[in-house]
Amino acid sequence: MKKHIIGILLFNFSIIGVAQIKYNHIAFINGIAHIGNGSIIESSLIVINKDLIETVTSTKGLKLNYKSFDTVIDIQGKHVYPGLINTNNILGLHDAEAIRATRDYSEIGNINPHIRSLIAYNTDNLIVPTVKTNGILYTQATPREGLISGSSSIMALEGWNWEDAVLKADDGIHLNYPKMNYKKWSEEDGLTNSSNKKYTEELNYLSRFFEDAKFYCNETLHTEKNIRFEAMRNVFNGQSNLYIHLDKAKDILSAINFINQHKIKYPVIVGGKESYKISKELKKNSIPVMLNRINDLPDYADEDVDIVYRLPYLLQKDSVLFCLQLEGDMEAMQSRNLPFNAGAAVAYGLSKEDALASISLNAAKILRIESLIGSLEVGKKASLVISSGDILDIKTNQVEMAFISGKPVDLKNKQTELYIKYKTKYGIK
Amino acid sequence: MHNKILLFFLCQIFIIKSFSQTTFPSNGAPFKSHTIFAFINANIYADFETLIKNGVLIIKDDKVIAIGEKQEIPKNAIIFDLKGKYIYPSFIDIFCDYGLIIPKSEKKISFGPQIESNTKGAYGWNQAIKSNVEAYKLFSHNNEQAEELKKNGVGAVLSSSKDGIVRGSGVLVNLNTQSKENNSIVIDKAAGFYSFSKGSSSQDYPSSLTGGIALLRQTCYDAIWYNKNKSEYNISLDEFNKLQSLPSIFEANDKFNSLRAAKIGEEFNIKYILKGCGNEYQRINDLQNTKLNFIIPVNFPEAIDAEDPFDSESISLTELKHWELAPSNPASLEKNGIQFCFTTAELKDKNNFLKNIRKSIKYGLSEKTALKALTFNPAFFINANKQLGALKPNYFANFFISSKPIFEDDAYIIQHWVAGESSFYSELNAPDIRGNYTLKFEKNTLLQKSYQFNFYGDLAKPSAQLIIDTTKKNIQYSFKNNLISFNFYLDSINIIRASGYYNANQKRFDGRAQIATGNWFDFELLFNSSADSIKKQQPLKTIDLNLGKVFYPFTAYGEPLNIINGTFKDEWNKFKNNSSTILIKNATVWTNTSDSVLKEHDVYVVDGKIVRIAPNIDVPKTTSVKIIDAKGKHLTPGIIDEHSHIALTSGVNEGAKASSAEVRMGDVINPDDINIYRQLSGGVTCAQLLHGSANPIGGQSVLIKLRWGHNAESMKYDKADGFIKFALGENVKQSNWGDFNTIRFPQTRMGVEQVYFDYFSRAKEYDKQYQTFLKENQKNKNLVFRRYIELEALAEILNKKRFITCHSYVQSEINMLIHLADSFGFKINTFTHILEGFKVADKMKAHGVNASTFSDWWAYKNEVMDAIPYNAAILTKMGVNTAINSDDAEMARRLNQEAAKSIKYGNLSETEALKLITLNPAKMLHIDDKVGTIEPGKVADLVLWTSHPLSVYAKVDKTMIDGQIYFDRTEDEKLREAIKIERSRIISKLIDEKQNGNKVIKAKNKLQRLYHCNTIEGIAEEETGQR
Repeated sequence: MKKHIIGILLFNFSIIGVAQIKYNHIAFINGIAHIGNGSIIESSLIVINKDLIETVTSTKGLKLNYKSFDTVIDIQGKHVYPGLINTNNILGLHDAEAIRATRDYSEIGNINPHIRSLIAYNTDNLIVPTVKTNGILYTQATPREGLISGSSSIMALEGWNWEDAVLKADDGIHLNYPKMNYKKWSEEDGLTNSSNKKYTEELNYLSRFFEDAKFYCNETLHTEKNIRFEAMRNVFNGQSNLYIHLDKAKDILSAINFINQHKIKYPVIVGGKESYKISKELKKNSIPVMLNRINDLPDYADEDVDIVYRLPYLLQKDSVLFCLQLEGDMEAMQSRNLPFNAGAAVAYGLSKEDALASISLNAAKILRIESLIGSLEVGKKASLVISSGDILDIKTNQVEMAFISGKPVDLKNKQTELYIKYKTKYGIK
Repeated sequence: MHNKILLFFLCQIFIIKSFSQTTFPSNGAPFKSHTIFAFINANIYADFETLIKNGVLIIKDDKVIAIGEKQEIPKNAIIFDLKGKYIYPSFIDIFCDYGLIIPKSEKKISFGPQIESNTKGAYGWNQAIKSNVEAYKLFSHNNEQAEELKKNGVGAVLSSSKDGIVRGSGVLVNLNTQSKENNSIVIDKAAGFYSFSKGSSSQDYPSSLTGGIALLRQTCYDAIWYNKNKSEYNISLDEFNKLQSLPSIFEANDKFNSLRAAKIGEEFNIKYILKGCGNEYQRINDLQNTKLNFIIPVNFPEAIDAEDPFDSESISLTELKHWELAPSNPASLEKNGIQFCFTTAELKDKNNFLKNIRKSIKYGLSEKTALKALTFNPAFFINANKQLGALKPNYFANFFISSKPIFEDDAYIIQHWVAGESSFYSELNAPDIRGNYTLKFEKNTLLQKSYQFNFYGDLAKPSAQLIIDTTKKNIQYSFKNNLISFNFYLDSINIIRASGYYNANQKRFDGRAQIATGNWFDFELLFNSSADSIKKQQPLKTIDLNLGKVFYPFTAYGEPLNIINGTFKDEWNKFKNNSSTILIKNATVWTNTSDSVLKEHDVYVVDGKIVRIAPNIDVPKTTSVKIIDAKGKHLTPGIIDEHSHIALTSGVNEGAKASSAEVRMGDVINPDDINIYRQLSGGVTCAQLLHGSANPIGGQSVLIKLRWGHNAESMKYDKADGFIKFALGENVKQSNWGDFNTIRFPQTRMGVEQVYFDYFSRAKEYDKQYQTFLKENQKNKNLVFRRYIELEALAEILNKKRFITCHSYVQSEINMLIHLADSFGFKINTFTHILEGFKVADKMKAHGVNASTFSDWWAYKNEVMDAIPYNAAILTKMGVNTAINSDDAEMARRLNQEAAKSIKYGNLSETEALKLITLNPAKMLHIDDKVGTIEPGKVADLVLWTSHPLSVYAKVDKTMIDGQIYFDRTEDEKLREAIKIERSRIISKLIDEKQNGNKVIKAKNKLQRLYHCNTIEGIAEEETGQR
């Protein structure tokens, strides 16, 4: 047997390093394949050819001809997943939250559709390598704050520079839609949910911007170039998504009005903590939801204590297309816990494969890149993850190999190195 | 009888003679009169429980000279015949700021921290101690305020400054505004005033409730010392000591703050009179146990607008229930035997005072107690019951005349006499103008010859109605001193304005009217017949209130207990169907006593303790055994969160000074925090509530069991060792607090070391001095040692009676603190966070310190850039006792998942991983003798999981503390339903309110504030960085 039949190996890759390995035609045999679309192949053959998936099938009754591959990897008992997708996150746009010099995710100004996260995405960022290690291979680098914070881009977590890492540039514009209520701190009442007295004003302001931008984009000749308006063009012509960040049911109803009024072709609700209350409306209008982290507390004392954990199940039940994301406190660092957020939803009614879909295929569908990534299906990018155990459960998530577009991913990071360094120092196992 | 009256009379004359001298020169001949007034045929309340029917009240100058059923009326007395009317002693409000000109607050000098007091002069160190304020020197009459109060029956007030933690003395004054203030002051220094709020003080300390409590306690100790040792002159302490002979009034403004104040009172033997806020009914038993008196406002919440179903979701059950139950607060106080008085404080519109007291009578308060709370009690509380609060000879002539018994809805005050000075609000014998009239105009083209016109309703202020072509129009009119004016629109254009006079004998009005053209006509209004229907008075106490029960705690997921007799605990157990004996059958038991788990085992719990663990335990079939089928489920010890900030009130950081060792988190436990229940649903049974990390030496921690529903004291872990929070690194250096915070020492790690060195050196000296003092001078009462609670806490550390939990990140500072502790001969108990612990695990092991860390947090600030998720595993493998903590209300609900990360990162075994959140924290908190394992003799703090407890797929099925079930998933479902039902019930009441045209306001929508280490009260979280 001249061809390599590799057992496993994290350490092989660690030792050899990414750059040296250039396999083109690899077969993974006998692994438990979690396709990402809800189905499982208990014993699978997955073949990748250069950057694409060539074959996905069951090994049952299959006679393999090893000669046709330059590498065959036996992953019996292990689990194969599509590379997980981390949506709506500032990962790659900062290193340490408290250090201003490292923060590159929120620009000054209120309406900034022309701001692009793409070019601030740092492939040598400190946090990114720790995220890959848990099976997350893509991130939607997303700008924050302002009424319109700018446009996000979808990045692979491997690459020499942003040009190399980008999967889809400027996939959508992020709108922090006005809210009817906001949290207010006062000496007298403490923290309260106060009504936004400028709500109508803010809505009108926003509508006016959309109308102006649309007018501009419909004109063929411009005496002055307006780069903010230009940046909106793809939202109007349907090339880009419009990500509308909102949590409260009534706010979302208002956003649905807005979407219909301005004929937004590809709207996405981001956040959606109360989306379950109006799931029928979302379904009717075919609006998908990027659901905020379920490791979160209910907003009100009176709510069901587990309501946030149940959100994915409630949307699934009502056939609303959704994915999970982690916006919030320490979100970049928390990205590595994305699979466990999905896993936690399983305890509250979601099936394991639907949980997986919520961080793979469904995410890709919402981002409109499902032809490229999101599931283990023929013709898609060869981006996959092999874990010795269930990737959604903390105690079994052990990613041993990963590939992005057919290239092996370096799973080492500063933390694994420090671990080895101090284990060695103390002589412990 | 006759003689007695005469004797009184003589006394009175004597007093008046000496009294009537004055120091004020008169500009022209003086007006002074000594007229005697006699009020006859009145129903007089001589005091709250004595009603004299058809009685006589005689007053002269500012005093009562006689009162009784039959009294001889002095010759020439001016007589008021009050047939059918009522006289009450004027009400007294002892929590008022009437007539005070409040001094302006001291301005802050710069944007940065203000560490020292801005008050110039020989005052104490803290601006919030304003013991020198003397209200009687700041007081002058304010007619407008006085009239407002008098119209509502209040004749005397105790007025005080509402600013600061110690607020100086208040002045008791009568509201007789026509004479000089000199004749209004009843008692110059009537009471001392206190609170927990620093008010206008611009000094940073105290910045939290814990700090306020500590400052007051330290001030008490300082004052005791100052009393005997005048080694410095200190106005604040001097005046503070003078206040101690007065009744003490404490503005607590909350049920729990009342309990907190009561505790301080116990420590210093002060019986505070507690000013509440109207939520006392929510913890009535605890307040009853204080045996203290209360001052209660009647600012019942206004109805909330609950029309929009989405919007109303954010109105909490607490707010809904409080709206419903607040008017029953006074009745609740009465039922539980608490003595209280009413105050007009907190009422935005003082005219709601009587209205709301009437409301509380409809909600069950007896009229007698209401009157007592308005007259006798306030006077008695401040030792003024020999002058005020009743109508007896020689008492102040403070009384009002009411048209009816004052607690009837349509009763109104006709006259109010204060210290003999009268105010007339309506005519004593106002003519009854009610009836059906004919309105006639002088012949003209516009107006018909006659219209029907009616006065009906209230005698005092009848409504008027005009009928034009069968259309009824309500007419605005004024009728005063027998003069009337009114106007109405004849049609859409023509307004008729009329003005005239009343002829009582002929029951008719005559006058002139002007029409839109400007022409004038005569009008007459002629009485035809008596009004047919006088609006029926709603009889008292027949309204079906249908009130909900009080929840314990007073929030969603509280339990609707009805504690009237018996203790809270009895009622709780009854309600929860709690049994003293529980048998958990066929569980997979994680005992923490061996490296494996016990499959299909039973656990037998009796009286809160684990008795036996074995397969197939047979228990005698008695009805009292609660059997839990745990087949397929896992049983673990309760989760212990070593680092938590839930269930705390008003701030976790007292960060104004480098050391705040004097503050105690145990003072500010908030048993109403919903996060207690949420964490029970995640299996947490025990949590150490820590001070924040704003300063190198933080405050004293408190260890609680999550006994949801119970009060603060009974949540505390019984006989736990004392702990204190220390902190190192960026937070104490204020590195991430912005450019203004570069003043407080220390600003570098170098300074941090010296803070400790300085404080421990001083604590050592202090302790030595104190011990010597105790040995040598205990018997000499004249010598007092200044108790310094800050250094005492540190001395306890040196004496190994208090233990340090130190917030820490970077190896250099960890190493430093170990060395520092060694040099003072004590050990650091725990390093918390300790994200670089893995770098100095060997040194930690050698020192014997525990580690309590995050599973995988990092990258939120510079000092955590080297953190690794393998930390817990390395420390454990190195033999350091290690725990995983939350420092976060959300994460605490899934500490089992966080513990599981040490399996993933660092290959700990499953049993080792579980210990990170159970046995190991128990060890570091010195409670592993009672909890942390499942073995006979241990307390039954247990969690039953639906599946493998370290799996992300596991849920908590039941959480037990002391063998009592505090969370049960099936019960939880029922509670959710109950919450829905209770909400809808009250919301439909609110909708009725709105539809009945009553005023509704927007809900306040209070939200729970979540605390982390670095949360500074009053500053938004975003501004302070994190953790």
